[in-house]
Amino acid sequence: MDTLTLTIGAILFSATSLIYATIGEILTERSGILNLGLEGLMMMGALSGFAVCYHTGSLFLSVLAALIVGAMVASIHAFLTITMKASQVVSGLSLTIFGVGLANFLGARLGPESNSFQLTGLEAARFLQIPIPFLHEIPIIGPVFHQDLLTYFVYFLIPLSWFFVYKTKYGLELQAVGENPRTAEAMGINVIRTRYIYTIVGGMLVSLGGAHLTLSYMSGWNENKTDGRGWIVIALVIFAMWDPKKAILGALLFGGISALQLSLQAGGVTFIPASFLDMMPYLATVMVLVCLTLWEIISKRKFGAPASLGVNFMREEK
Amino acid sequence: MRVIFEKRKSFSKRSLVIVPIVSFLISLLLGTFLLLILGVDPIETYGVMFSGAFASWIDFSDTLVKSIPLILAGTGIIVAFKMKFWNIGAEGQLIFGGIFASGAALFLPSVIPHMMVIPVAILMGMIGGAFWAFIPAVLKAYLKVDETLTTLMLNYVAIYFASYLYFGPWKEEGSGYRGTREFDESTWLPILDGNLHVGIIFAILIAFVIWFLLAKTKWGFELNILGENPNNARYIGINIKRKIISAMVISGSLSGLAGTFQVLGVMHRLEDGLVMNYGYTAIIVAWMAQLNAIAAIFVAILLAGLIVGGELVQMFIGLPASVSDVLQGLILFPLLAGALFTEYKLKIIRK
Repeated sequence: MDTLTLTIGAILFSATSLIYATIGEILTERSGILNLGLEGLMMMGALSGFAVCYHTGSLFLSVLAALIVGAMVASIHAFLTITMKASQVVSGLSLTIFGVGLANFLGARLGPESNSFQLTGLEAARFLQIPIPFLHEIPIIGPVFHQDLLTYFVYFLIPLSWFFVYKTKYGLELQAVGENPRTAEAMGINVIRTRYIYTIVGGMLVSLGGAHLTLSYMSGWNENKTDGRGWIVIALVIFAMWDPKKAILGALLFGGISALQLSLQAGGVTFIPASFLDMMPYLATVMVLVCLTLWEIISKRKFGAPASLGVNFMREEK
Repeated sequence: MRVIFEKRKSFSKRSLVIVPIVSFLISLLLGTFLLLILGVDPIETYGVMFSGAFASWIDFSDTLVKSIPLILAGTGIIVAFKMKFWNIGAEGQLIFGGIFASGAALFLPSVIPHMMVIPVAILMGMIGGAFWAFIPAVLKAYLKVDETLTTLMLNYVAIYFASYLYFGPWKEEGSGYRGTREFDESTWLPILDGNLHVGIIFAILIAFVIWFLLAKTKWGFELNILGENPNNARYIGINIKRKIISAMVISGSLSGLAGTFQVLGVMHRLEDGLVMNYGYTAIIVAWMAQLNAIAAIFVAILLAGLIVGGELVQMFIGLPASVSDVLQGLILFPLLAGALFTEYKLKIIRK
C-alpha cells in the first residue's frame, strides 16, 4: 500500500501546475477565445516567479509577480484578438514563441554576476509540504493532505470555478458570450469586456501553474522549464469537456501515466515502450474529440467546445 | 468622441505594404528598448545577427539550408489555410515524412538499385506527410471534428512515435547515440556548396508551382471560394469533402517533403534533431507571407536568418540564442495588430 499512497500524493503534486493552467484556459475558451500561447505564459510564470523569489526571498511576492506577468502577457493576446481581431491561432503561436524565448532569455540575464547572470542552478525559497494534522495520517489518502499551499488551494479552486461557471450570473454570462456573442450582446452583456476579463484571468492562472514548477514541484530554474506542459493543457481542456470540475480527471490521467512510467521502469518492465505511454494521452484526446462529435450528431445535443471558440467578434456599428 | 473601426469598401493594397514596414520598425524599436534595459548594446547585437545571417555567402548558405523546411512546410500550410482549414499539424506531418523517408533510406539501399533510392525515399516521405494530414482531413470532412485541435494533438503522437523508433527498433546497435545509424551515402541529397543541398532548388520551384496552382487554376479558385464562403462553394457544386481531403493531402505531403529533406540532406539519420519546431515557425511564415507562396520564400529566408543570427549572437556576444525568438515575437505582434488595417480603417466620431 505504501507505493500506492505515495503515488496518489505524487500524482497530485505533479498535476498541480496542469490543473491551474487547465482551469485558466477553460475560463478563457469559455469566453470564445482560444489561447495557444499557454506554453509561453507558463514559461513566463515560471521565470518571473523564480526570479522574484531569488532576489527578494518572498514567496508571496513571487506568486504576485507570476500573476501580474501572466496578466500582462495574456493581455497581449487579448488586445490582438479582441480589439485588433487578429487570428487567434497565429496570435497564440506568436505568444508561445515570444514567451518561451523571453523567459529563456531573461533566465540567462537576471542571475547574479557570480553565476554569469544565469538563474540556472541557483537555489531560492520554495513552498514546503505542510501536513494537515491527523488527516495526513489516514491510510491511503493521507498524502492528499501532505501538500504545499498551492496544491491545497487547487482543492478549493476546482469546485469554486465549477460553481462560478455553472451556478452564478457571471458564469452564465461567460457561457453565453462563448456560445453566441451576438445574442449575448443583444441581452446586454458587454462581449468585449467579458472576453478581455477571462483571457486575462485565465492567463494569470496559467502563469501561476508555471510558477508552481519553479517554486515547488521542481524548484529552481532551467531552460525550457515547462517542457511542453502548455500544450498538454490544450489537450486537458478538451478532456475536461470545458468543465472545470472535470479538469482534475485529465490532469490525474497525465500525472498517472508519468507515475506509471516511473514505476514500470523501476520494476524493470520494458514491454511497453516509454514513448507509447507518452503518446497515449494525445491519442486519447483525439479519440475524445471524435467521440464528442459523434455523440453530438447522434443525440442532437450540444456539448463540448463553446460554439464560437476561435471566432472573433465584430460589434456591428450603425 | 469615440474611435471605431469601419470596414473599407475595398481591400487596401497600400496598407499591405505599409503595415509590414511599420511593424518591422516598431519591432526594432521595442527590441532596442528591451536590450538597453538588460544592459546589452543593441547596435552590436543587431549587427552580429544581420552579418551572421546574410553578409557572406558562407553565412547566407547556412541561412538558406534552414529556410528549406520553412519554405516547404510554409507553402503546405498556405494550401490548407486558403480554405481556412487551420492545419497546425505541419510539425507532425514533417516528422512523419522524416520517418517514412528514413525507413526507405535505412532499409532500401541493399534491396533496390542505388539510383532509385533517393527518388523512392522522397516519394515515401511525401506519402508519410500526406498520410498524417489525411487523418484530420477525413475527421473534418466527414465528422466536422475541429481540425485545430486534432492536428495539434497528432503532432505529439508523431514526435513520440519517432522517438519510439530511434530509441527502439531502429536504434543504432551498441551505440549511445540518440538516433538511428547514419544512412548509406547513396541516400544523401547532392550538395550544391558547403552544407547547402539541392533541396533549396526544389523548395523554390515548388513554391512557384503552388502559387500557380492557387492563383491560376480552377482547383485553386474553388479552394478560395471554399475558404471565403462554404455555402457559396456548395451552391456552385464544389465537392467540399473531396476538396478538403485533396488539399490536405497536398499540404501534408509538402511538410512531409520538408522532413524528408531534413533527414536526407542535413542529418543523414533519424534523430531528435528533426523536432526543431519548424512546423510552427512555418505557420508564421505562411501568415506573414499573407498566404502568397512566392512571398513565403522570402519570409522563410528572413526567419531562417533570424534563427541563424540568434545562434551567432550566442556564440559571439554570449547572449542567449533565444533573443531571436523574442525578436520574432516582437515583429509578429505589430504585424498581427496591423492586419486589421487592410480591411478596416480607423474612424473618429465626434459627439
